[in-house]
Amino acid sequence: MYDTIIIGAGMSGLAAGIRLAHFDQRVCILERHYTIGGLNSFYRLGGRDYDVGLHAMTNFARKGTKRGPLAKLIRQLRFNWEDFALAEQIGSSIRFPNVALDFGNDIELLESEIAREFPRSIDGFRKLSQSLLDYDDLSGDDPNFNRSARDVLGELIPDPLLREMILCPLMWYGNAREDDMDYGQFCIMFRACYLEGFARPYKGVRLILKNLVRKFRGLGGELKLRSGVSKIHVENGHAVGVVLDDGTEIAGRRILSSAGTIETLRLCDDITRVDVAKAGKLSFIESISVLDRQPQDFDFDRTIVFYNDSDTFHWRRPDNSLCDARTGVICSPNNYRYSAAEGNLPDGIIRITTLANHDLWCSLPDPQYQAAKVEQYDASVASAVRFMPDFRRFTVATDVFTPKTIRRFTWHDNGAVYGAPDKRLDGTTHLSNLFLCGTDQGFVGIVGAILSGISMANRHCLTATDA
Amino acid sequence: MSPAEIRDEIIDILGDIAPDENLDDLVDDVSFREQLELDSMDFLDIVMELRKRHRVQIPEEDYGNLASMKLTVTYLEPKMRDIVKA
Repeated sequence: MYDTIIIGAGMSGLAAGIRLAHFDQRVCILERHYTIGGLNSFYRLGGRDYDVGLHAMTNFARKGTKRGPLAKLIRQLRFNWEDFALAEQIGSSIRFPNVALDFGNDIELLESEIAREFPRSIDGFRKLSQSLLDYDDLSGDDPNFNRSARDVLGELIPDPLLREMILCPLMWYGNAREDDMDYGQFCIMFRACYLEGFARPYKGVRLILKNLVRKFRGLGGELKLRSGVSKIHVENGHAVGVVLDDGTEIAGRRILSSAGTIETLRLCDDITRVDVAKAGKLSFIESISVLDRQPQDFDFDRTIVFYNDSDTFHWRRPDNSLCDARTGVICSPNNYRYSAAEGNLPDGIIRITTLANHDLWCSLPDPQYQAAKVEQYDASVASAVRFMPDFRRFTVATDVFTPKTIRRFTWHDNGAVYGAPDKRLDGTTHLSNLFLCGTDQGFVGIVGAILSGISMANRHCLTATDA
Repeated sequence: MSPAEIRDEIIDILGDIAPDENLDDLVDDVSFREQLELDSMDFLDIVMELRKRHRVQIPEEDYGNLASMKLTVTYLEPKMRDIVKA
C-alpha cells in the first residue's frame, strides 16, 4: 500500500515525488514510456543526443536570488543552485516583417528596443512590466486571471503590431488556448520570459532529469518505467488504487496524476463518458538540423528567434494542412554563455518549431508519414531562413519529431503540448483523493511543471498525512 | 529540549530550507518573512520538518505562532520539553 501513487514521470510527477518521499511517504511513480521526462525528454539517434521539449529554461535567476519561481523550487526540493548549472542566453529576438525586437535576461534591453521602434507604446509597456515584476499568482485568485490578454494589452499598448510581437513568444512558450490567452497565463509567461529570461544547462534536459531522479530514488521513492496505468479503480467515490496495462494492481491511499484532466478522468472506472472536445489542440513539429559548424561561425548568435511572416500572429492549429509555417521558433542550444570549462556543444544545432495538426499526422500510413517528415522539414526551414542566415548548406544530419512523437512521450490527447485550455488550478477532481498536477493543473515549461508538482503535493498530499 | 536547543533545531531546519542564508545574524524578534523572505511554502516546510524529525504536530491554525524565532521557541517549548536532544 503506497501513501501516494503518482502517474507520470515528467517534471511535475518527479518533483511531487521528491516532496512526498522527503517527508517519509511511500511513493511510487508509474510511467508508461520506457524513459522519464514526459514532454521534456531526450533520445539518441545516429550517435547523437537530441532533446525533446527544452529550448530554454525560463524564469532564470542568479544564484542567491530569494524570490521567484526558480528560487522557490530550489528551496522546496533541497537543491543547490549549482545543481542546475545554468548558462544564460546570449540574446533572443522577435522578428516580424520589417521590424525586430531583441531581448535578453534584463528587461531594459527590450524596453529600449520598444522605445526605438514603438515610441507611442513605451509608456504603456513600462507600466505593464512594472506591474508584473512580482507577479506570483499560483492560485489563479486574481480576478483578472480569466480576462482576455488581448483586451488588456489593447488598453495599454496603442500599436497593434507591438501587441502581436509581445504575444508571439509568450503564446509559443506557454499558451494552450487558440488565438487569445488568459491574462493570468500571460502575466506568468511575461515574467518567465521577459523579466526573468532564458538559461540552459550545458548538458540540457538530461541534467535536470538526472538530478530529479537521483534525488527521488535517494529518498527511497520507487520509479516504475513501462508501467502504463490502464485504470484507476474507484470504490464508493474513493480511488483505491490503479491497474497497470499488464493487469498488475497497485493500492494507494491517494493518487496524483499528471496524465491530463480528460486523460485521467477516462482512466477512472466510475466514469463512462468523457468529453473529448475539451482537450487542447495545439501541437508542433520540430525540425532539427545538425550543422558542421557553430551558428556563430555564420554570424548567427541568437539563442531563440520567434518569427511571424505578417503583421498578424495566427496562433491556431492548422485545420486542413499538416503544418502552418507562417510562424515558428528558431532555437540554437549553442548560443548560451557556457563556462570556459564546458566550452561549446560539439555540433552546431538549429531547432525549428512549427504549428502542426495532430490528427492529420497520425492518420498518415508509415511511408507517407516518413515522406511528410522530409517535406515539412524542408518547408519549415525554408520559412525560418527568411529570419536568419541560410544554414542549409552546412547541414550534416536532420531529424523531425511530430505530434505523433509528442503523443508517445506525453500520452496527452491530440499531442497537445500545453494541455487543455481550461486549467484545473486547484488540482481537484470528482474524487476526494485523486488530484491533478502538470500541464493541465496549471503551469507549463520546466519551472512551471516542477512548481505544479510541488504545490499540488504540498496542498493535497502532505498536509493530509498522518505521520 | 531546552529553549536554546529548540532554537538550534530551528536554525538547523532553516539551514535546510534556505542553504544560502547566513543564519548567524538572525534576529530573534524580527519575523522570518522579513529577514529570510520565507513564504507559505517555507512555513509548511518548518512544520513538516518538525513532524518528520520530532513527531511534533502543529495544527494549521497555529502556523501564526511561527512568525519569528522568538515566537516559535515560545510556542514549541511546551511541545518539545520532553524530547531528548539526539
